[in-house]
Parts: sequence; structure tokens; C-alpha cells
Amino acid sequence: MNHLPSGKWMADTLKDNRWDVAIIGAGPTGLAAATELKKAGIKRVIVLDREFEPGGIPRHCGHPPFGIKEFSRVMTGPSYARRLVGSAENAGVNLAMKTTVTSLGAQGTLSIVSPEGLGEVKAKRVLLATGARETPRSVRMISGDRGLGICNTGTLQSMIYLNNLIPFHRPVVVGTEIVSFSALLTCKKAGIQPVAMLEEESRATVRWPIYHAVYIFGVPLFLGTRIINILGDKRVRAVRVSDKNGDKREIVCDGVVFTGQFTPDSSLVRMSHLDLDQKTERPLVDQYGRCSDPSYYAAGNLLNQPVEVAGKCWSKGCLTAQQIVKDLNEELLST
Amino acid sequence: MNAAHYNENSRPHDDRISTASLLAEGDIAIIGGGVVGCAVARRMTLEGASVVLIEKAADILDGASKGNSAILHTGFDAPVGTLEWECVQKGYEEYLEIRKSLNLPLLKSGALVAAWTEEEEERFTDIIKKGHENGVKDLLLLSRSEVLDLEPNLSENIRAAIAVPGEYVIDPWSAPLAYLLQALENGGQAFFNAGVRGGDFDGAYWLLNTPRGKVKARYVINCAGLYGDILDRDVLGATEFNIKPRKGQFVVFDKAAHKLVRSIILPVPTERTKGIVLFPTIFGNLMVGPTAEEQEARGDSSVAKEILSELHAQAVQKLPALTDIPVTATYAGIRPATERKEYRIIEDSARNWITLGGIRSTGLTAALGIARHVHSLLSNQDVEFKAIENPIVPHVPNLAEHLPRDYETPGYGEIICHCEMVTRREIHSALTAKVPAASLAGLKRRTRATMGRCQGFYCSARLAELTRGKFDEPLAVGEVDG
Repeated sequence: MNHLPSGKWMADTLKDNRWDVAIIGAGPTGLAAATELKKAGIKRVIVLDREFEPGGIPRHCGHPPFGIKEFSRVMTGPSYARRLVGSAENAGVNLAMKTTVTSLGAQGTLSIVSPEGLGEVKAKRVLLATGARETPRSVRMISGDRGLGICNTGTLQSMIYLNNLIPFHRPVVVGTEIVSFSALLTCKKAGIQPVAMLEEESRATVRWPIYHAVYIFGVPLFLGTRIINILGDKRVRAVRVSDKNGDKREIVCDGVVFTGQFTPDSSLVRMSHLDLDQKTERPLVDQYGRCSDPSYYAAGNLLNQPVEVAGKCWSKGCLTAQQIVKDLNEELLST
Repeated sequence: MNAAHYNENSRPHDDRISTASLLAEGDIAIIGGGVVGCAVARRMTLEGASVVLIEKAADILDGASKGNSAILHTGFDAPVGTLEWECVQKGYEEYLEIRKSLNLPLLKSGALVAAWTEEEEERFTDIIKKGHENGVKDLLLLSRSEVLDLEPNLSENIRAAIAVPGEYVIDPWSAPLAYLLQALENGGQAFFNAGVRGGDFDGAYWLLNTPRGKVKARYVINCAGLYGDILDRDVLGATEFNIKPRKGQFVVFDKAAHKLVRSIILPVPTERTKGIVLFPTIFGNLMVGPTAEEQEARGDSSVAKEILSELHAQAVQKLPALTDIPVTATYAGIRPATERKEYRIIEDSARNWITLGGIRSTGLTAALGIARHVHSLLSNQDVEFKAIENPIVPHVPNLAEHLPRDYETPGYGEIICHCEMVTRREIHSALTAKVPAASLAGLKRRTRATMGRCQGFYCSARLAELTRGKFDEPLAVGEVDG
């Protein structure tokens, strides 16, 4: 994927910092919304993203199916990401990569930092599209050693699809969500053979495709089974598990992939003046996706519960963009 | 790797290794690169000695020093008149004196000794008396309403508190790094993966055997922390104390919790331990811990779900707003407790050997004072060195949240760890520094990478790439074929 212009180009772009809409996050939601806004005639739209290239999570999901609804084709994640970026660029969206928003201020004033320095972006409307991430081991409070080889699916995928690196050879996969299936596909692609898939509940979270997948990939699925201890001071060497009868045993492995249990990436909201639902950790929004400060909107997996696949985020991005267009045109009734 | 590990069950002894060539020679060999070893290396270098620090791990701070509460103690509750109290006082003063020149941060948090029960409150008179005896004169008794004025988010069940304005929060990893760096910048040497496997004293010089060769020195300072007793037994043939490893687990809360409390919230201490503390960290988080769990294994710093949940519950009880704050991390450290409460500083003057044992939670503060004590012990033996004039003063990178960070200066390349705002420039410096990070843990301590909310979700892949070939235990174990 081409790296987008940064450096001087970006410094110049950001210098004129009065935007119609600033979007935080260049994943499917943010890119779809940006493209939609431009198509609807909104002049100055910028997408800010802290990563070095745009596309969000699909960049490192090297397998299909992506793009069925949006582009009427079956694509892999990376080609889907490239397509989204291409559409946004063709529509005239400004993309500022390596640009981290450090705080959300009143009335759409964002503090940012990029390799060129600290700055500020002002926009009439801001769309928060920061997505979600999986819950790490620490928050799950899993007992045991803290050696290398413990990660989430997202990390596994970035290592394999972006860096061609393998974090382990024979991991245990924890969880049976859609993303867990994605973890199995990723392992297969990299020649990693998971030794077991564990699910604490008595049935898989998504029965299709998990039951098929474990059969196809030859990964034994243990239901009603949870990790009670991770062993391996320097690097994982085994996990101790307990099954539904309370019987305990050890599974030899060299890694643990904690999949799913997505949590919204809402730390910017938490540290800001915007209202946050403390239980779900999502920003509080009205039926239009508008936050407690009406210059802010939120969409995509930052709000979705449970998280949705890229196509659904793309749709939400488009819908929210339409609301923002109406709002900017002062058509939206005050609530 | 050929790192030597002290282990009760298998003590490696390799004749081929012990006949190896001379690795280094100096006036003083310091065994152990924890905070105490680093501080002694600095002090003795500044006093003019040639110092060789040898560490069995690949990096400094691999034992007890990697997990502590990061508090700069006034010593208000130290046992009156003890060496520990003296070292804490001197260490405290010296830290404040040198910290700016070394670029070491200080969070002037102050502490509150909080009483939650009548019994605890009854002990306040004794605590204040002891504080005064220890020379900490600015203790202040606060009523319930005064406490809540100062810390409005504390639970209303608080009964009273003693304010200890001089207790501060520091960076527990940058400080020892700065100490060792200053030693090295001024002529000291440090060797890693060099665990001592025995040694001989010929009446004038020690020859210590390490897997990397022999180290020759006139004096040896045992700063081996959790393995101090084993080292004495192995090399001297006997030990005066036995390490009783004591685990302390911690829960780290999200940065959103930092604003909930300004002070370090100390419990009323017991005979055995300082107890469970709720404290802001220099990195902008809030932490609760440590527990005090006796265990056999010196290297077992695993965490336990039930204990972590209990710690979490205790924190929420004291600071109810924590209910809504996510947990960021959990970890555990091990303190080198012994069968007695006091420091076990033992001098074998016939054999030019000093053991610094049993140094627990006060070690971070006391290290600089302990180092001065070592110097005075040597001086008493008529060992004279000529102090260096105008020593080089290195700067360590700042990681404190309340001070300017690297990302605020342009040209950092890119931000690698987004949660902790760690730049590629910082990672690069840590990997190529004079004392480079030699493990992911070492890189974390030097930069904070992966220590934030997502615990490496976003940056581990980039880190695996940036650290390729740098660590004995790499993040990646192979490459994708084709």
C-alpha cells in the first residue's frame, strides 16, 4: 500500500485548520463517512489517524470475505482497505496519517500531535470512529506468569500480515467469536498450528463457523473450559485449564491468543467533556449518533455492541455522514 | 543464552568456564544490577574507585527492583535509630539533591496515612510520635472532614488521616538506570549475563567466576538481592540470613483514575509490612498494591486472579469512583525479605566482602544512602580513593506524564505505542543506549511501550519488527514462509 503524503504536505494541510468535518479514525467507518460527506458536497473533510497508513483493522485481516456489500466483490482485508482509501482519495478527502488526537475540546477543537509537532484542528463537526479492540489478558485478570507469547487476535494478525513475523508455533486460542475464527485462519496462513480452542461457556459464541472451522483446521475445541493459570516465566510453556466438572489439566503450548471480548476504544471520550456510559464504555449518543456535545458524533465499532464486521461499520459510517450533512445544513431538529 | 541462574536445586558449575580468561578487573566488584547495585556503582565510582558491576540477567532491574511501589519515603515510620532509617533519610536527601541534574522526575504527591477503623485511629499517636523521633516534623493530623476536603473522592468511611507532605512518587526504573549510567560515564564497567558461580580470595584480591570470564577485584559488594544468601553461601561458604521471598501483586488502573486522588493513600502499617497502598504513579496511572505473600520460589512473580480481584475490591472500597475505571495492567514483584525485619548489612572485613541483604520496599529510596554507607564501611577499613572532580552527569529520558515527553518535540519519527505515546525515537534510543534494553521487559521499563490500556494490542507487531535480533528472548519466534 502506498504511504500517503505526510511531512510538509500534512503540515500545510493542517495549518489551515478550519474544517467542516474532522473524522478520527481511518477504518471502514471513518473512510466511508468521509467519502459520503464529500459526495454530499461537504467541502472540507479531513480524516485523522495515528497509524502510518489508513484502512484500520482490515489492513491486517489477510483473508476474505470483505467488500460484498460495499463493492459487490469478495475481497481480502488489505485489498478492501486499499479500495476504501482509494474511494476516499478520489472523493477528495484529506487524510492525515501519523496524526494522533490527544484530546477532544469543546465545539470541535482537537489537540493533535504529528511528527511535525503539536497542533490543533478545528472542525464544525467531529466524527469519532476510533473502533474497538480486544480485551487484553491483564483486564481478564488471568492468573499466572507473564512471559512472551500472550496476545490478542489483532496483534497476531498485524505481526503476520504486516510484518511477516510469527509470535509462536503452537498456541491455545481462547474464545469462540467471529474474530476467533479469524485467528484460526490467520494461524493457518502462517503455518501455526493451534493446539486447542477454549470456550468458557457450554457452547460456542458463534456456532457457525466455529464448529466447522475446528473440524477443518483440526483444532480440538474444549467447551466449558477456562484457563486457570499460564505457565512460563520467559515465554509461555503451558496453560492449566479447568473444565466444567472442575477437573484440571495442563496443555503444553507456546502462546495464548485471547480473542474477542471487544471493548470500545473510547479513552479519548473518557478523558474529555463528553458523556460516557460507564458500564459499556461507549460515548452516550442520541438516535442520530450525536454526543452530549452536539458538535461531536460517534459511529461504527466505537458504538456497536457487539462489534460488527467491516461492511456494517461502512454502512453506519455512511448513515452517520448523512446525518452530519443534514445537521450542517441545519435541517436536523434540535433535540 | 548462557545466563547463569542461581537456583537452589541446580547450581551450575563448569570447570571449562571457570578457567576462562579475565573479563574485567577493578577495585570493587558489585554483584547484582538492582537499584542497590546501581547506586553503589555510582557512589563508589564518584568516590574514585574503579568499579565492575556484574549481573546474571541480560539487563539491570531483573529481580526485586523490577516491581516496587515507586515511592520516595521520608522514613517517618521506619524503626527509630536503625541503619534502615539512616539510609532512607540519606537516600531521600540525595535523591532530591541530584534528581534535576540526572533528569529524574518527582511527583510531589504527599501521603495520607488513612485510618478506616477505630483501632487504626488509636494508633495515630504512636505513629506521630515515631515520625517526630525520626526527624519527620511536618506530620499533620487531619480530621475526617479535612481529609475529604483534600481528597474528596475517598470513601466517606474514612475516619481520619495523618498527612505526610514529604512522601513523593518517583520513576522506579529511570532512577537506577541513571545511577548506573553515571558510574559508566565516569569509568565504571558493567557486564550482563555474568552470574557469579564461585570465587577465590587470595588475601588481597578476589577472582570471581562468571560464564563470561573472571572478574578480579579487591573488594566485593554482594547486591544480589533475592539471591544474596545463596551467593554468600556459594562463595563465602556460609550465610547469616535466608531470603524468604515475599510476593507483592499490584493492579494498575487506567489513566482516567489519576485525577481521582492526589496523595499516596497509605494504610496504618503493621509490624510486618507497610500494607496495601493506593497511589498515583509517575506515569499518570493509579495503582493499588502490594500484597505480602510468603513463597518459596524466588523467581515466581506470577499473578493470581483471586488476589487481584481482592485488591481491586479494596481499592474500590477506599475510592468508590474506581468502580467505573478500567484496569490497565496487573503485575507482581518479589521482595527479598529475610527472617528478620531489618537490613542485613554484613561485613566480612577479613575477606574484603560486604553483603547488602534483606533490602525490601524502602530500597528504592534508601539505595543512595546504602551506597554512602558502603563507602563509609570501606573508609573505616582504611580503603582510600580519590573522589572524581567534576564527574560527568548523564541525562536519562523523561517518562513522567506531568513533564514534557518525547512526542512533544518534532522529529520523533512516529508514535509506536499509542496508549503511552512512545515514539520510534525513544525506542531507538533505548535499544542503542549505553545500557541498552536487552528484553521486552527492559524496553518497557525504559520507554513504557506496551504498558498502557491496550497492553500491546496495537504496537506489539511493530515492536517485534523494531527489536528483531536485539533480544535473547525475541517477540517473534520466526517468519512467515514465502
